[in-house]
Amino acid sequence: MAEYTIKVRRFQPESGEGPYWEEFNVDLDPSLSVLDGLLQAKDNEDGSLAVRCSCRAAICGSCGMKINGQSGLGCKTQIGEAQEQANKMVAATGATAAEASSPIGAQAPEAQDAVRATGQEEAGPGPITATTDAATPIVIEPMGNMPVIKDLITDMESTHWTKIRRVTPWLLPHGEPPEREYVVEPESMIDITQSMACIQCGACVSSCLSMEADPGFIGPAALAKAYRFVGDPRDAETKERLHDLAHDPHGIYDCTHCFSCIDACPKGVAPMDQIMRLRRKAGEEGIEDPNSGHDHEIAFVKIIEKKGTLDESLLLQESFAPGFKGKLKPNKRAIREMIGSIPTAIRGIKTGKMRSLHKLIPGVHPKLPDQDDVKAIYKHAEEHNEELNLYIRGEEGEDAQPDGAAAEEVTNG
Amino acid sequence: MPSHDVLVIGAGLAGQRAALAAAEEGVSVGIISKVHPVRSHSNAAQGGINAALNPGDSWESHAFDTIKGSDYLGDQDAIEIMTREAPEEILHLEHLGVTFHRNEEGKLGTRAFGGASAARTYYVADITGQAIMHVLYEQLMKYSEQIARYEEWFCSSLAMDENGECCGVVTRNVADGSMELFQAKSVILCTGGNGQVWQPTTNALICTGDGIAMAYRVGAKLMDMEMIQYHPTTLAGKGFLITEGARGEGAHLLNAKGERFMEKYAPNKMELASRDVVSRAEQTEINEGRGFPDGTVALDITVVPKKRVHEALREIVLVGRDFAGVDITREPIHIKPGNHYTMGGVKTDVDGRTDIPGLYSAGETACVSVHGGNRLGANSLLDTLIFGKRSGRDAAARAKRMEASRPSKKVLEDEENLVADIISREKGSGRRISEIKRELGQTMDSKVAVFRDEAGIQEALETVKRLKEEAKTAYIDDHGSVFNQDLIAAIELGYMLDNAECTCVAALERKESRGAQYRTDYPERNDEEWLKHIDLELNGDGPQLSYSEVTITQWEPQERTY
Repeated sequence: MAEYTIKVRRFQPESGEGPYWEEFNVDLDPSLSVLDGLLQAKDNEDGSLAVRCSCRAAICGSCGMKINGQSGLGCKTQIGEAQEQANKMVAATGATAAEASSPIGAQAPEAQDAVRATGQEEAGPGPITATTDAATPIVIEPMGNMPVIKDLITDMESTHWTKIRRVTPWLLPHGEPPEREYVVEPESMIDITQSMACIQCGACVSSCLSMEADPGFIGPAALAKAYRFVGDPRDAETKERLHDLAHDPHGIYDCTHCFSCIDACPKGVAPMDQIMRLRRKAGEEGIEDPNSGHDHEIAFVKIIEKKGTLDESLLLQESFAPGFKGKLKPNKRAIREMIGSIPTAIRGIKTGKMRSLHKLIPGVHPKLPDQDDVKAIYKHAEEHNEELNLYIRGEEGEDAQPDGAAAEEVTNG
Repeated sequence: MPSHDVLVIGAGLAGQRAALAAAEEGVSVGIISKVHPVRSHSNAAQGGINAALNPGDSWESHAFDTIKGSDYLGDQDAIEIMTREAPEEILHLEHLGVTFHRNEEGKLGTRAFGGASAARTYYVADITGQAIMHVLYEQLMKYSEQIARYEEWFCSSLAMDENGECCGVVTRNVADGSMELFQAKSVILCTGGNGQVWQPTTNALICTGDGIAMAYRVGAKLMDMEMIQYHPTTLAGKGFLITEGARGEGAHLLNAKGERFMEKYAPNKMELASRDVVSRAEQTEINEGRGFPDGTVALDITVVPKKRVHEALREIVLVGRDFAGVDITREPIHIKPGNHYTMGGVKTDVDGRTDIPGLYSAGETACVSVHGGNRLGANSLLDTLIFGKRSGRDAAARAKRMEASRPSKKVLEDEENLVADIISREKGSGRRISEIKRELGQTMDSKVAVFRDEAGIQEALETVKRLKEEAKTAYIDDHGSVFNQDLIAAIELGYMLDNAECTCVAALERKESRGAQYRTDYPERNDEEWLKHIDLELNGDGPQLSYSEVTITQWEPQERTY
């Protein structure tokens, strides 16, 4: 048993007050979960502390929440680990996740500083000690990108589930079903079992940076669900689905490839990988990326491989009209987009993000001297270019192989 | 007043399947669930679903295994229906989009499971329940015009008309606390089991026996309530489930001396004997000092090829890592028998009809009975789907020929008064709900578990009666309307106590050992006196006992060895 302080961002909608922080002291084994800690507080101290939960075993997907700023499941995060993480955050930044998080008055500005700490004042930036000081609270907040209803309960219906329904989430086979089962490649079923493993907890949605910028983004969970049908050989409307998701401005090209959803997902669904699979399939269908996001990404990768740092002059051309080196033949849309980018470029120059004008002249941007190391990283990445499917490969590092050590050396170099 | 021809309560596999089947008949359907449907506990069914679909297999073989597994307490007419309809149901699910495992030819592939004489378990890795339930929910979304979904609505009592027929249900919209009386021509209870009556349990926090208690309170008969399954492989302390699929894939059970002790108890089937047999074997090893100091034995999955573990036992790799800190591919994991499944429940016929007109039940809430004294692994998903479908169809047929009768507002007023009473209790006026719940769970787990005797059960029953009194004054902290989980927990506690009382009374009554009921004071099965169901009916304040025949068609009871 060990003592922990959990600091919960609370909101009681009927109180007339805005959100506030409240600390609870709980006593439990470090191997038990953050949810167990919350339930202890709820059972013993305050039954009005609201949190959705059911299975306690990371199967039902009810207890999505942010723990020390990280989206995940309360039941799957061990409280001992959460404490270590909280300590590390304080040691590294001098602030708890509560201080680092968005101002608490996001919904009710007047309550910005309403802190109802039961014990001491908030652990301030004070002296940084790397002890396992249990006084550093574990910070628990409701999921992001969703309205909060009460305490840790968010409105998933208006956000998550509306987006799920957007992708026509049911199988669309053509014709009468066969007399027995559909005969399909065994691998295809294992492949989509990864997205079937999704428990609809919303952790990926909570962590999605694209959705923060564009609340209309269909988002990681719904797009992973879409891949479950696109990758299913029994579905007869693959093409229609891909066109639909590609031409929606909030669709598959709205993802910025930030990996947040992969980090957040408690079930190894790797939603971003599913989105990339959708993009690849769209490419195979000859679908053009309407906002050049995909080309932009490829251009980015190519330029870094070539030069080690980002050559902005090439990035613009490459993104909108791939194939430079004298073969630059931008189509009308590309010209329009490039002209449209001029204000962004000017802002870049003004804010110092684009450091000097001359860099805009192709060929001026220098190569990094240790470019060979960059190439080695690329080579390694290419050799290991397999998508993560836990149903096929197991966890990363589950097979400790000499290869793993080599990989670390390269990336460190 | 919201009104539907058929109203389904509970949206796990049985409920969703019932709603879809009723909608196919062209009637208006509503489905109510206290949690979002995909949070339902059918999710937790890991291993698979049984069907005699392979060319070499037969429904008779599946039926016999089920009957033997039930220790001959299962009703053979119902088992026949379930096993005969199983292959068609598997194919139906496959056509809807369930991503069942394929063999090398791309056809449906199977795995071995406990108590079965053939490998007839169809599966999706070890997320079979989840995979099927999410596919059914896809269908609910698809047919949203025919099926109204009431997600996060809690049911607190059934409404009856003056003829004693069920005609609706009182519900609370969890999101805002408003209470509504729903009208329906047929009501189907699919609220799952009552595992939370025991602590620990593999069951989710929502499994509080709601439907069983609601039916009991309006006079429906319950059956086989003493039959509570303890699953052989659960994590100590937390009660998390390790699928039987692990043993199906070849994992061994070892005692602290490293002996594969099942050799002594079930020399032929070894680890794949019926669950009651394996649980008793483990508990015997533990009780006789051959277990580990933490009161467990070990499950050794390292003997299963790694590739196979990744592909087929993914979920328990995660359970081992996240909840026990054990890499199951490298070392054995400590396990013990833990509360898992309610074989008993609301007594129904093969079309889900209870003995109250208009009231149906299916899935773990119901007792048809296809599981008798002990359920075989991978038969529970099948039970939910087959009898969900059949009750949905029959409920729709009834709705088509009936006029709706209007439920009296009194039942709504009664519930509103009850809620007001709970909310008005002063802090400190009694015990906390959570305290009572904990005492209940610990009592049941120590006295009404794998091994039972008269003194223990009697003690548990007295505790339950005392807790029922204490629950009347127990107070809650939350006095609000929005997501008042505290209030719901108080009502659920009442359900759990009714369930517990019925289980104790039935366990005390059955003076023999059969299936999950093992009485150390009556260690033998006694077909002469006890080859019969124990029925319970509310009379005044407690259950009244009666008996009913076990239906035997072609399989006479034999000695049961594995």
